[in-house]
Parts: sequence; structure tokens; C-alpha cells
Amino acid sequence: MSIFTKIFTAMRGGAREAGENIVDKNSVRIFEQEIKDAQTQIEKAKRDLTQVMAQEMQASRKVESLTKDVTQHEGYAEKALDKGDETLAMEIAQKIAEIDGELSIQKKAQASFSAHVDRLKGLIKKTSKSLADMERQLVMVKTTESVHKATTAITHNYASGSSKLLTAKESLDRIKKRQQDLEDRMAAGEVLADEFDGDNLESKMKEAGIVEGDTKAQDILDKLKAKKSS
Amino acid sequence: MVDLSLLANSLAEEGQKGREGFNFEVNPIPGEVEVLQILVEDREELPIFVSASAEQITCIAYLFKKDEVQAESIDAMNQAMLSTNISIPLSAFAQVDDQYVIYGALSVQSTIEDIAHEIAVLSSNTLEAIEAMSDYLKT
Repeated sequence: MSIFTKIFTAMRGGAREAGENIVDKNSVRIFEQEIKDAQTQIEKAKRDLTQVMAQEMQASRKVESLTKDVTQHEGYAEKALDKGDETLAMEIAQKIAEIDGELSIQKKAQASFSAHVDRLKGLIKKTSKSLADMERQLVMVKTTESVHKATTAITHNYASGSSKLLTAKESLDRIKKRQQDLEDRMAAGEVLADEFDGDNLESKMKEAGIVEGDTKAQDILDKLKAKKSS
Repeated sequence: MVDLSLLANSLAEEGQKGREGFNFEVNPIPGEVEVLQILVEDREELPIFVSASAEQITCIAYLFKKDEVQAESIDAMNQAMLSTNISIPLSAFAQVDDQYVIYGALSVQSTIEDIAHEIAVLSSNTLEAIEAMSDYLKT
């Protein structure tokens, strides 16, 4: 069962209480033990592997030297036969049979060690992968645990803080009201700025006929008209 | 492992730069687990809490307690939160015991600017979330 299945099971069982670890200490401990066991298993397998590989090499060397022996003695037997010494040839043949017997045994041993080596290598590979997976899961569990701890700490701190007297709606309303006030003030400020700025004032004065430039022309024209009619 | 006190100082500096269009203050909260309280200018009623673990930095903002929600609307609200979660930039809804929260999580490799940005977005999302869920809340 993956660690996250364990967490959800614990939660559904209502096992979690305020301030407690989300995954009970037992689960983490069991998990850490499984990891330790896997590590021990890998260590042992590696030691065994070294030993068996040495044995395989030894058997392999024996096979080599015994094979040479056989070939050598076959040579001797042939020489004996060439000489016509059948008795000697027979003796040598018996020796060859012995060596052959031993060679057979060593070959079987070598094959057996070789198979063992393969098995151990396979086991180490599989267990190492398992171990990596478990270690990753443990990190995730510990992260979940520490995030949960921090979150709970925040909840308790926050709950005891004075700022929790307002509901969410009240908080939101306050913030919006302040924003609105600020906008209103800014809008009012803009109006005031306009009035003191001269732009607004000038257009007002123009409307009232106070600005010098424009009325001067009109005055002149009026005077001219008056002069003409008089 | 993030050193929260170092983070606090850098973050406080960043908070005064107004890069995201707002300023914020950083107050470390002592305790078994170190937490930073972030007060965003003009939104002090909705503080943001920042904590760090070996793997991530978590920023949490409180929305409302379960008993602020109309009892008969809780299921509908939970459903609404689940379906909108994916559309909210950076932040997500969550429930811690009987407190609804909105939070964001970042990698411990994040820069100060990343964290400040997360806080800015979280702050706006908090306001919008309360607004969006207000129909479900008791008046």
C-alpha cells in the first residue's frame, strides 16, 4: 500500500486530531524500517556477490588448467601409442579420465556460480529500485507532515490573533470601502487640482467674458460700430 | 532547507519596492514551526502566511470558517471551489480542519521575486474568492 493510501485511510478513519501528525508515527517508523531492511539486504547481496564472483573466477581458472591438463595428457597418450606402449597409454588414459571427471565437476560449479551471480545482480537491481522508490515516498510523507505542521501552527496562531474578529465578508467590505474612499478622495483631489490649476479657471473666465484677449477684439469692434452709427 | 529568517529580510525589502503595484510588510511569527505573516498594504484584514519545508514554500490566506457558510450551501460551495480551482492563476482552494483557505506552493529554489509575485496574485485571488463565494456565506 502506498503511503498516500495510508494517509487517506487514516483521514477517513478520523484519526487526525489537531496538532497530530497526519501520518501516525507508527507508519513512518514502519516505513523507515522497511527502507533500512532493503538497505541491509542490498549490502548483504553485494557481499555475497563479491564472494560468488571470486568463486566463479576460481572455478573458471580450474576449468582452464584442467582442460590444458587433458590436452597435455592426450598428447602423452598419443606418444605412448606411437611408441607402441599400450600399457603406458592405458595408464595415461586413466589419468585423463580422472582429470576429465574433475573438469566436469568444475564446469558444473562454474555454471552454478555464474547463475548465482546473475541472480544476485538481479536482486540488487530490483531492491535498489524499490529502495529508491521508498526513499522518495518517505520524503513526500515527511514533506506532507511538515507542511501540515506549519499549516496547523498558522491556524493556531491566527486563531489566537486579534485580526480574526472579522468575518471574511466584513474584511472584504472594509477593504472595498477603503478603496472606494481612496478613489473618491482621489477624484475630489483631481477636481481641486483642476480648480487651482488654471485650466478650469480659465475656461470659466472666458465664459464670463473676463479674459483679456478675446473681449478686447469685441470691444474694439463694438466701438468701431458705435462710431460708425453715430 | 530554506532559512526563513533570511527569507524574511529579503522579502521585507522586496515588499517595499511596490513592484507588483502594492507594498507589503513581513512579520515573523515565532513558534515550533517558523511562519511569516505578510500584511499587504490596504488589505491588512487578510494577511498571508508563509512557511517553508524541505521541499516547498507555502503561502496561505484565510478565507472563512466553515460556520460562516450557509449550512445548506456547503456542498454546492465545495463543488464550486473544486470546479474553479483549475482556472485560478497560481492559487488553489483548500480546507484545513474547519477553515477554508486559498494557498499557493512554490519550489524552495524560487527567487524572492517569484515569492513576491505569488503573494501579489494570492492577495488578489483572496479578495476575488471571497467575492465569488459570498452568495454561499451567511449575511
